[in-house]
Amino acid sequence: MEKANLATYAKNTWCPGCGNFAILNSIKAVLMALIEEGFPKEKIVIVSGIGCHAKISDYLNVNSFYSLHGRVVPVCEAIKLANPELKVIGFAGDGDTYGEGLEHLIFAAKRNIDINIFIHNNRVYGLTTGQYTPTSPLGFKGRSTPDGTKEPPINPLELMIASHASFIARGYSHGIELLKKIFREAIGHKGFSLVDVLQVCVTYFNMYEYYNSKVYELKDHDPSDYNKALTKIREWDYNNDARIALGVLYKK
Amino acid sequence: MNNISILIAGRAGDGIDKSSLIISRILTQLGYRIYIYRDYPSVIRGGHTFSIIRCSKDKIAAHSDKVDVLLALNQESVDLHKARLSDNSLIIYDSNSVKSDKGMAIPIAEIIKEAKALDLMRNSCIIGAMCKAIGIEKNVLEDVFRAYMPREIDLNLKVAFRGFSEAKEFTRIEKIEQKSLPVIAGSEAISIGLIKAGLKTYIAYPMTPSSGMLHFLAGKAEDFSLKVIHPENEIAVMLMALGFSYAGDRVAVGTSGGGFCLMTEGLSFSAMAELPVVILLGQRPGPSTGLPTYTGQTELNFALSAGHGEFSRFVTAPGDPEEAYYWSAVSLNMAWKYQMPAIILCDKTLNEGIYSFDMGSIKKIDDPGVSLWDGIAEYKRYQNTPSGVSPLAFPSTKDAVVKVNSYEHDEFGVTTEDKNLTIMMEDKRLRKDKYLLEELEGYETVKVYGDKNSSTALLFWGSNKGVCVEAGTKLGLRVVQPIVFSPFPLRQFKEALKGVKKIICVENNAAGQLADFVKRYGINVDERILKYDGRPFSLDELEQKLR
Repeated sequence: MEKANLATYAKNTWCPGCGNFAILNSIKAVLMALIEEGFPKEKIVIVSGIGCHAKISDYLNVNSFYSLHGRVVPVCEAIKLANPELKVIGFAGDGDTYGEGLEHLIFAAKRNIDINIFIHNNRVYGLTTGQYTPTSPLGFKGRSTPDGTKEPPINPLELMIASHASFIARGYSHGIELLKKIFREAIGHKGFSLVDVLQVCVTYFNMYEYYNSKVYELKDHDPSDYNKALTKIREWDYNNDARIALGVLYKK
Repeated sequence: MNNISILIAGRAGDGIDKSSLIISRILTQLGYRIYIYRDYPSVIRGGHTFSIIRCSKDKIAAHSDKVDVLLALNQESVDLHKARLSDNSLIIYDSNSVKSDKGMAIPIAEIIKEAKALDLMRNSCIIGAMCKAIGIEKNVLEDVFRAYMPREIDLNLKVAFRGFSEAKEFTRIEKIEQKSLPVIAGSEAISIGLIKAGLKTYIAYPMTPSSGMLHFLAGKAEDFSLKVIHPENEIAVMLMALGFSYAGDRVAVGTSGGGFCLMTEGLSFSAMAELPVVILLGQRPGPSTGLPTYTGQTELNFALSAGHGEFSRFVTAPGDPEEAYYWSAVSLNMAWKYQMPAIILCDKTLNEGIYSFDMGSIKKIDDPGVSLWDGIAEYKRYQNTPSGVSPLAFPSTKDAVVKVNSYEHDEFGVTTEDKNLTIMMEDKRLRKDKYLLEELEGYETVKVYGDKNSSTALLFWGSNKGVCVEAGTKLGLRVVQPIVFSPFPLRQFKEALKGVKKIICVENNAAGQLADFVKRYGINVDERILKYDGRPFSLDELEQKLR
C-alpha cells in the first residue's frame, strides 16, 4: 500500500483539469509537512462523503472513513471525541454538506469541536451528472432545472459565522500555494474550522475564467474582528457580481 | 394475604410515578416481588395517568385488571377505574376533592393545608393511609421515606403519618421471609448490561420509549467514564456511532421506530463497513407517530429487514430486566466479535415497566473477545479470513492505515467495482452469520417454561414474557420464547417445540409478526391472540382468551 507522497495504488478517476487535484495536492503537501515536523502519520484521519470529492479517501494513504452522502461531519465529530489526539479532516462536497447534511454542519460549528471541514464547492453535482446545488447561482440550468433555478444560493460562510464557527476561510482550486497556506492554518486552529474551496468542475460548471477575474487574496484583514469578517463574508453572496475574497475571513 | 394489586391515579404531573416507586419499595421491604405497569398520556401536565403496582411472593412481570386497592387523588381516578374493583376492593380517596359512595375517606387537602405542605405531598398522605389500610407498620413507611424520598423528608413523613392515623386497617399483608430485591426499570437493566460489556459511548436523540436509557446513562456517565451524547438528529446519532466504533469505542444508540427509520442508511453502512454498533429499538404502536407513550411489538419485521442491501445482523428480543441485562451485554460482545450491527428489540412495557431485579439468577457473561491485528503483516482492514471476521486496528495504531468504506472495497478498504472482489467481499460479510449461529449454540436462545410436556404451546416474544409465562403456567401450557431472531437458531427452536400439536401465538401487534416469521421455517401457528390497542395484556385478560 505504501507509496511516496501519501499516494495509494488506486487509479485516479477525476476528469483531467478537475479542481479536486489542487485540493489533493495541497493536502498531501500539508500533511507531509506535518509528518516531517514530527506529527505521527497514524494520528491523521480523513473523512469524506459521497461525490467526486470523496474519492480523496482512496487516493490518500492515511486512515480514512469513506462515509455516506452528507454524513462527513458527524463522523468527524465522533472520531475526535473518541480520541482527541487524532487530527480529523473532513472533505465534503457542497451538495453533500450544504445540502444533504447541512444540519450536522451547523451543529458542529455550534459545538466548536476541533475538526476541520474542507468543502469542495464546485456548485454543481458532478457524480450525478450536473444538477444544481445549494450554492449554484440563481437561474442555474442543470439537468433537474432545465429552465434555470428560481432560488438564490445560500452563502455558506455567512451561515457558518451565524452558527458560531470559530474559523472560516475561502480557498480556490487555482493557486495551490494559497490553498496550502489556508489548509495549514485551518488544521493548526484549535476548534471547528471550515474552508470553502471554490473547486472548479471542468465538465459541468467551468468557472475558471469567471473566478480568475473576481478573486483577490485578503491583505490587511483582521479576521478576529467579527464585524469586519461579516462584511467581508457578505461582500460576495455566491450570486452577485462582486469581488471574491480568498484567505482566512474569520478566526476566533 | 400475600398478593396484592394497588392502583394509584391522578393527573400527569401529580407525581404518580414517584409514588408508585415508593409503594413498590414499601412492598419490597416486606419481601415481596413487584411489577409496576405505568399508563400515561403524551402530555406534560394534566391528562389522566395511573400506575398499577402488583406484588407477589414469586417473581412477576404482569399486571392484573382487578385491583385490590385504588388510591384516588381526583374524581376521574374513581370514575375511570370503578370496573377494576371487586366487592373486596378498597378505595382510599381524598374526601376534599373526590366523591365516592364507598371506601375510605381521608381529608387529604385539609391535612396538606394544615401541615403547610406542597400539593405534590398529597401522594405521601395517601401512601400513609394505604399503609395503615393494608396493615403495614409505621416504621416500614418511615424507613422507605427516609431512604428514597429525594427531599423534604420530614414534611412528607408528617403528612404520611397524618394519613396513616386517619385510616383504618382493612386487611393485613403478610411479611415474607425472603431477601428483598432491587427495583429497577427495564431501561436501566439494558443500560447496565451494556456497561457490563464495556460500553464506552452512548448516543441518542430523545424518543419514547427509549429516553429512559439516555437519561439513566447520562446520569451515570461520570461513574462509568461514559461519553453520552445527544446530537442534532438520529442520522447524526447513527453516523456518530460509526465514527466512535471506527475509533475503537464500544458504542450503542437508542431510539424508537421513527428515529430508527432515519438510522437505516447508517445501519446498512455499519454492515458494509463492518463497524459494530448496538441499536436499542424501542417499539411502539404505529405506523408513524402512532401512540408515543403506549406499547406495541410492531417492529420485528422492521428490525429483521431494515437497511438496503443484504447483510448479517444480530437481533434479539429480551423479555424482562434479567434477560435485558444479559442480552444487552451479549449483543455488544457479539457485535464486536463479528463486526456487525446488533439490534435489541424492546418496548414501553419492558423499558418503563418497573420490576424486582434478580441479578443472582443471571448466567455468567463471558466476553468472546475481539480479533485484533497482530502488527506483523501489512494491515488490511478487510482481510479475507475463513470466518469472514477481519482483525481490527484503530486509528493511531502505528504502521496500520485503517480505511473503512461505504462503497464495495478491497481488503485494504479502497473502493472497487471489480466483479470478483465484489463476490468475495459479500461472501466474507455474509459468512459471519454462520459462525455466529454456531457460537449461539452455547447460549439459551430459545426458552421453555410452564409444562414442558404439554402438546399445546403458547408462543410469545419480548415483553409479553411476564404475562405469558404466568398465564401459560397456570393453564398447564408449554410456554416457548425465542429470544434471538437473527441469525435464527432454528435447531433450538424446533427442539423447544418437539411434540407440540397446537401452537397459540400471543403478540402485541395487529399482524402476528412472530407467527408469520416462524411460518417461513415451516412452523404453522394455529391460533393468534393479538392485541394492538397500545396496552399490554393483563393477566386476567390473557387467561380469559386462552381458556
